[in-house]
Amino acid sequence: MNAFFQDQSWNFYRPCVSHSRGLSMSAYGALRGKLRYVDERKPPNLVRREGFTIVVAARLFQLTNLLRTANSLTSTVTTANTDGCAAPSRREGRPDDVADLVARVKTGEHELFYELIRPCERAIFLTAMKILGNEADAEEVAQEAVLKAFTHLDQFRAEAKFSTWLIQITVNEARIKLRKDRRKLYQSIDEGIADEDGDYIPRDFADWREIPSEALERKELREALDRGLQILAPKYREVLVLRDVQRFNTQETARILGITEGVVRTRLLRARLQMRDALAPGIDASWAAGRSEYKKVRPW
Amino acid sequence: MKLNKGMKGLSPVGDRVVEISCLEVWREISNYIDNDIDSELRARIEYHLKNCKHCTAILEGTSNTVRLLADGASIDLPSGFSQRLQQKLANHVKRTT
Repeated sequence: MNAFFQDQSWNFYRPCVSHSRGLSMSAYGALRGKLRYVDERKPPNLVRREGFTIVVAARLFQLTNLLRTANSLTSTVTTANTDGCAAPSRREGRPDDVADLVARVKTGEHELFYELIRPCERAIFLTAMKILGNEADAEEVAQEAVLKAFTHLDQFRAEAKFSTWLIQITVNEARIKLRKDRRKLYQSIDEGIADEDGDYIPRDFADWREIPSEALERKELREALDRGLQILAPKYREVLVLRDVQRFNTQETARILGITEGVVRTRLLRARLQMRDALAPGIDASWAAGRSEYKKVRPW
Repeated sequence: MKLNKGMKGLSPVGDRVVEISCLEVWREISNYIDNDIDSELRARIEYHLKNCKHCTAILEGTSNTVRLLADGASIDLPSGFSQRLQQKLANHVKRTT
């Protein structure tokens, strides 16, 4: 899936995203969910084939039209808000534009700074939200990150993407916020478990069932996912948010967190397996049945 | 839990014996999902998966979890978020410049 959005397939997909401008965020999210469903059912090597990508693109057009027919349109969503920060190639404006804006802000046109922020404000908020698990804290951290970016714009170097730099500041601000809230540290599931070099053993094989595709749309499952994120140790949560939610690649994630690519891979493996374990008690037929006793994420 | 310590058989990538354990599969499951492994290791893992329902369950569950996480990216900004951010930024700019 990540490869699908990061390789040349994106070039086929991009015009379709333009076509879907104006959809509400929920409709757009549903659209992308359907695409991922199709995408996930194909082996990775097939996803890379041009023919399949075109089929997916055609499917997107079809779904978009269906959604329009179903009156899912809203005229209030701006282009910048159509999840423009979700895919790496749409995370910010063209590099030349960004470099020009940065230079102009540095020379005193401060009012232009928000133009730099605007394409990335969703990514900033999302990152803070997933790390902190609280909307009010996430907004506070997002604001602090933006103010800090403005104050330290002189330190921005063109070798990094502006969006990557912004997210790096956001992660740092979120860390500061987490440190202030000691309770969240004590909730960490990984304290006392083997160090990061040791193997993580997935649990409860017998309980596991494949997630029924329809259950992916269920609110309970999404809530369980958010709870699962919050009981991960912060260092695993950060990697998971950057790689699997924001879809930064391994290199970008390593740069943002100031760790090696090898450590990113190690933490990502552990984070994904822990999340899978956290969700396992709920991801069997009981999700579809909506049994309340399965709604809690299992404590470690 | 009974672990599959390793399997002997003809490799799908050649005619030499390939042995891979559940533990080795788990170590690579994340890279496998990201297609970030070489073709030989991928073939070994897939060979193992054909014979190991536990590892297949873990792979499916982990893949589903990754998919859920990506779906969670489509959240709405809180109402008035952009306006409050712009206001805060404007105040900050006025104060510091």
